[in-house]
Amino acid sequence: MTDLGNWSIPLAVFGGAIRVGTPYLYVSLGECLTEKSGRVNLGLEGTLVMGAMAGYAISYKTGSPWVGVLAAGAVGALFGAIHALICNRPRVNSVAVGIAMMVFGIGLAAYLGKPYIQPSAPQLPSFELGAWSAIPQVRSALQINALFIIGLLLAPAMAWMLKNTRWGMVVRLVGENTAAATAMGYSINRTRLIATTIGGVFAGVAGSYLSLYYPGAWTESISSGQGLMAVALVIFARWQPINCLWASLLIGGAGSIGVALQGVGLATSAAGYLWNAAPYILTLVIMVLSCSRARALAGAPAELGMVS
Amino acid sequence: MNWRGMAETLTITVAALVTSLVLFGAFMVAFAHVSLTDLYYYMYLGAFGSSTSWQDTLTRAAPLILTALCTALPARLGLIIIGGEGALVLGGLAAAGTALALHSAPAFVILPCMMVAGMVVGGLLIAGVGVLRDRRGVNETISSLLVAYVAIDVYSYLVEGPMRDPASLNKPSTYPIPAAAVLGNMFGSVHWGLAFGIVFCIFGFILMRYTTFGFAVRMVGGNVRAAQGAGLPVGRLIFITCLLGGAAAGLAGAVEISAIQMQANAALMAAGYGFAGILVSFIARHNPLAIIPAAILFGGLNAASGILQRRLEVPDASVKVLMGIIFVTILLFETLYGRMKVFQISTAAAAAATPPPPPAPPHVVAEPVTV
Repeated sequence: MTDLGNWSIPLAVFGGAIRVGTPYLYVSLGECLTEKSGRVNLGLEGTLVMGAMAGYAISYKTGSPWVGVLAAGAVGALFGAIHALICNRPRVNSVAVGIAMMVFGIGLAAYLGKPYIQPSAPQLPSFELGAWSAIPQVRSALQINALFIIGLLLAPAMAWMLKNTRWGMVVRLVGENTAAATAMGYSINRTRLIATTIGGVFAGVAGSYLSLYYPGAWTESISSGQGLMAVALVIFARWQPINCLWASLLIGGAGSIGVALQGVGLATSAAGYLWNAAPYILTLVIMVLSCSRARALAGAPAELGMVS
Repeated sequence: MNWRGMAETLTITVAALVTSLVLFGAFMVAFAHVSLTDLYYYMYLGAFGSSTSWQDTLTRAAPLILTALCTALPARLGLIIIGGEGALVLGGLAAAGTALALHSAPAFVILPCMMVAGMVVGGLLIAGVGVLRDRRGVNETISSLLVAYVAIDVYSYLVEGPMRDPASLNKPSTYPIPAAAVLGNMFGSVHWGLAFGIVFCIFGFILMRYTTFGFAVRMVGGNVRAAQGAGLPVGRLIFITCLLGGAAAGLAGAVEISAIQMQANAALMAAGYGFAGILVSFIARHNPLAIIPAAILFGGLNAASGILQRRLEVPDASVKVLMGIIFVTILLFETLYGRMKVFQISTAAAAAATPPPPPAPPHVVAEPVTV
C-alpha cells in the first residue's frame, strides 16, 4: 500500500464529500421544489429513514438494488402526499405536521425494518473513476455511485424546469402569491400536493442511497438529521437547485473529515464523536450567516412563512 | 378559557387519541397478527393495570413532564423547539459531573448543586437557540435539533473519552455518582423527579396565565411586530422563556442521572425522553397543566411496551409506531377546531348575552376576521 502521507486527508475528504453529500443533494433538491411551492416539509427526515428501510428490504427481496431505489421513491411519494394532504386542511401547522411525520416515519421504519437488520441486501454499483491510478486510496476516493451522477444531472434539470416550463412557473407563482395563482385558476393545494410528493420521492431515493451504498446497511439510526439539515441547506442555497449541489458537497466534506483523520490515526474513536458533530456545527454556522433578522431573505418564496 | 372551549379541546383530543388507538390496533392486526382484545388489554395492564405498573408509568412520566415544558413554554412565544433531548443529555452530564466533583459533600449540598447545574446547562443551551432566533432570524426548529445532535456528540465524547471510568469496559460510562447524590423515592419506586415536574408545570402555568410576564410572552406569540411596537423587550422575553424551557429539560436529565442511571452513559438517551416530550407538549396543546395528564398517558404507553414485547412478542418499535400515529392524528384533528356547532356560542345566545350594537353606518364594510 502506497503511503500518501497527509495528502490522503484532502483526498479522503474530497471522495467523502461526494459519498456523504449525495443524500443531502437529493433531499435538498426535493425540499427546494416543495419550498418553491410555498410549503416546508420537515418530515423529510422520516421519509429518508422510510426510504432507506424500504429500499433495503425490496433490494433484499428482489435481488435488484434498482428496484429497491424505485420502491424507496414510491414510499417517499406516499409520505410526501400524506404530508401535503394533511397540510391542505385548514388550521393545520405544517411545521408541526413535519415533525409528526418525522416521528411517524422513524417509528414505522424501525418496526417494519426489524427483520432486515441482519441479512445483507445487494448494493448499488459504482463507477471506478480512479482506475487509472495504482494507488488504492485514490481508487477508493474516486468511486462514484450512479445515484450521485443522476443527482448531478437533476440539479440543473430542476433549475431549468423551474425557470422555463409552465408547471415550474405555476409552482413559483403558488409559492410567491397564492391570490394571483388562484385568480389565474391554478389550484394551490393541488400544486403543493404535487410539489411535496415529488420532494418526498427525492427524499426516499436519498434514503435508499444510505442503505444501499453508503454506509450501506439498514440500521434504525441510519439517518441522524440529514433530512432536517437539508432543509437548512435549502435556505443557504437561496432556493436555487444548483446551489443545493455545492451546499451538499460542503456538508458532505465536513461529514467525512472525522473518518479521514481516523483513517490516518490522527483522531481517537472518542474524538470521532466531536468530528461527527462537524456537519451540524457547520450547518448551524451556515444558518447564522445566511439568515437575517432585518429583511426577508432574498430568493425566499414569499408564501413560505417559516423562514422569517 | 370558557367551558365550551375546554369541552371542545377535550373532545377533540380524546377523539384523536381514540382514533389513534383504533388505527394502531388495525396496524398491529395487519402486521403482527395479534388479537385486538389482547393488545388493548395488555396495554392497559402494562400501563395502569396494577400498582407496579402505575409506579412504572409515573417514573417514566416524570422526565416527560419536564422535557415537554421545553417545547411548551417557548411555544407560547410562537417558537417550535424540538431540541429538548440536547438539554436533557447535557443537563444530565452536568449533574453527573457536579456529583463527582462534590463527591464528599453531604446530600443537602450535592443534590441541589446537581439539579441547578443541570438546569443552568440545559437552560443556556435552549436560550442560545432563542437568541439566534431573535438576533439572526435563525429558524429555531432546525437549529434546536442541530444543537441537540451536537450535544449528543459532545456527551458521547466526554463519556467515552475524558470522563470515562476505565472500569466500564463494553458499556462506556462515567464513574458512579456517590450515594449522597442519589435522589430518593417519594413512594414505591416513584422518585422525587415527579414532584419537580409537577411544581415546574404549576409554576409555568401561573407564570404564563396570571403574570404580566406571561401576558407579554403571549403577546409576542400572537404578533411579534405588534409586541415590538408596544415596546415589549422581545429579546429578553425570548431569552427568559427559552431559558426556563431548557432548564426544565436539563432538570429532567439531572433527575434521570440522580434517580435512575446513577452514572452518565448511553442509557440516558435510549429512552428518548427528549423527543417524546415534543409529542407530549403537542397533545397538551402547549398548556403546562395539561402536560401532566398527557405525560402520564405517554409514560403509560412506554411502560406498556415492555409487557407487549413479552406477552405478544411484538417488536419494541411498536410503541414508536403508536407515538407516530398519535402525533399525526392529533395534528390532523386540529382542523376540527371551530368547526363543530355544539361548541360555538349560538348567535341567539350571544345576542341575548350582549346588548345589540348600534346600527353601523351603511358604507362601513366589516373587516374580515383573520385568524
